[in-house]
Amino acid sequence: MSETMSDAGQPLPAPAPAAAVPVRTGEMREPRIAIRGLDFFYGVNQALKNITLDLPDKQVTGMIGPSGCGKSTLLRVLNRMYDLYPGQRASGEVVMDGANILDPGIDLNRLRSRVGMVFQKPTPFPMSIYDNIAFGVKLHERLSRAEMDDRVEKALTRAALWDEAKDRLRAPALGLSGGQQQRLCIARTIAVQPEVILLDEPTSALDPISTLKIEELIEVLKREFTIVIVTHNMQQAARCADQVAFFYLGELVEVGAAAQMFTAPHQRRTQEYITGRFG
Amino acid sequence: MSAAVLPLPAAAARDARIAQRLSRRRKLIDRMVKALCLLATLIGLTLLASILFSLTWRGVGGLGLHVFTTSTLPPGSHGGLLNAIVGSIVQTAIGTLIGAPIGLMVGTFLAEYARDSILGSVVRFLSDVLLSAPSILIGLFVYTILVEPFHGFSGIAGSVALAVIVVPIVVRTTEDMLRLIPTSLREAAVALGAPKWRVVVMICYRAARDGIATGILLAVARVSGETAPLLFTSLGNLNWSTSLFQPMASLPVTIYQYAGSAFNDWVQLAWVGALLITFGVLGLNIAARLLLRPKA
Repeated sequence: MSETMSDAGQPLPAPAPAAAVPVRTGEMREPRIAIRGLDFFYGVNQALKNITLDLPDKQVTGMIGPSGCGKSTLLRVLNRMYDLYPGQRASGEVVMDGANILDPGIDLNRLRSRVGMVFQKPTPFPMSIYDNIAFGVKLHERLSRAEMDDRVEKALTRAALWDEAKDRLRAPALGLSGGQQQRLCIARTIAVQPEVILLDEPTSALDPISTLKIEELIEVLKREFTIVIVTHNMQQAARCADQVAFFYLGELVEVGAAAQMFTAPHQRRTQEYITGRFG
Repeated sequence: MSAAVLPLPAAAARDARIAQRLSRRRKLIDRMVKALCLLATLIGLTLLASILFSLTWRGVGGLGLHVFTTSTLPPGSHGGLLNAIVGSIVQTAIGTLIGAPIGLMVGTFLAEYARDSILGSVVRFLSDVLLSAPSILIGLFVYTILVEPFHGFSGIAGSVALAVIVVPIVVRTTEDMLRLIPTSLREAAVALGAPKWRVVVMICYRAARDGIATGILLAVARVSGETAPLLFTSLGNLNWSTSLFQPMASLPVTIYQYAGSAFNDWVQLAWVGALLITFGVLGLNIAARLLLRPKA
């Protein structure tokens, strides 16, 4: 984080709401994504209430909170995944590069190429390891054979899977172990060259060693990508995140630097949750 | 606090004789049900085995190279089934080529685009009705649209009648197989920025490929033994003809005509034809099973 300190001094682009205590992680530059007054509905049920949150560029934002608090819902707003399902709608503003991604006219496929997502359970496509990665790239770019080979290798290398996969690129991806499959899904997301990566409980289906590998990966990836991770694991949030946001019953209770959130939270509910008194 | 150390509170109070009687009764019922199931299985298997046995017994005798090299001939002139075999293959193939793509697309529509819509429910219901419609009605339907207006029975009319039977089978299996694909796989493809059609074609079809292929194979197996829809459409043809616009022979119709005839060699050929169809269908079903078998 030290490299971001030089930007200190610029004012925040928008006033923080009462609930979100304006203790930031030290950097003050333009957020990658600025969420303003976001409401979300599943039919008539409101799942997110007036969320205002900045996602700082090239940092990891951890989202924590008990099940059903809206953290995964928020993730699915950021790449408009909810559009797949009629009856789900969002209002408010989610600003990325000056444009509100909630606008009906926005090109969803392009948005999703900029905001990638990795899911809770590994979701390898029923094709080879190579084709799993090429699939996403081919959607957005025309590459020569050599360029594609290069892209696949780079993506696998950055996802720490190259050494294990290089001799079996043409083998079915379903033959990989669970942890490898999840790293393949991360590689697949990276290969599209997004700006933001959304991780929805990426390690909850994995064993501790695979989890460790993914966490190490997050540490490396945040140099290049803005990362949002939803997790039920407090230690994981403490280890990986620069900024932590605590959600409860669809509200953003508190957001702050990870160190502060886990040592000196400002809200009583935050403290009760992270100490395991509910949730 | 494990369950093992908990005492059974009512154990002492329980009447040992009643418990024993209940237990004996339970075991008796268990044995009876098992015996009934076994009996039912045996009856089913016996019927199947006796069909296969008598088919083989009576059919194998007439089997010979001439069956595959000679067309049907007048009684007593040592004819074969070549025209019927080729006719069956041609009509089944064309029927499948017409029916399977339509069924595939309707099934895709139901599973991917109209899952919970009213239109989807209506289409699904109609397809299921068609699935159980008597095949002779389908023959009559095609008769009125393709035979009567063109003043003649034809191979193409027979193929269309078979296609009408193929469609609802493929619709059902395609929809079922696509519905088995987890939503997470679709979402994963969408999350990479894939438009819906690409998700369907590149991900869903690929994931459901074996199941969809099995459905098509089962449809082929079903129509290759159909007689009724061909009676009013391709009619049957005692001569060699591969013209789609002439009446066309087929194994089921030939069996139907020969089995009831007064000539011994024709009856014998009917048995051979029945043997060929049965083992053909059996082979297709086994192929379908092998396709669906989970990969090691």
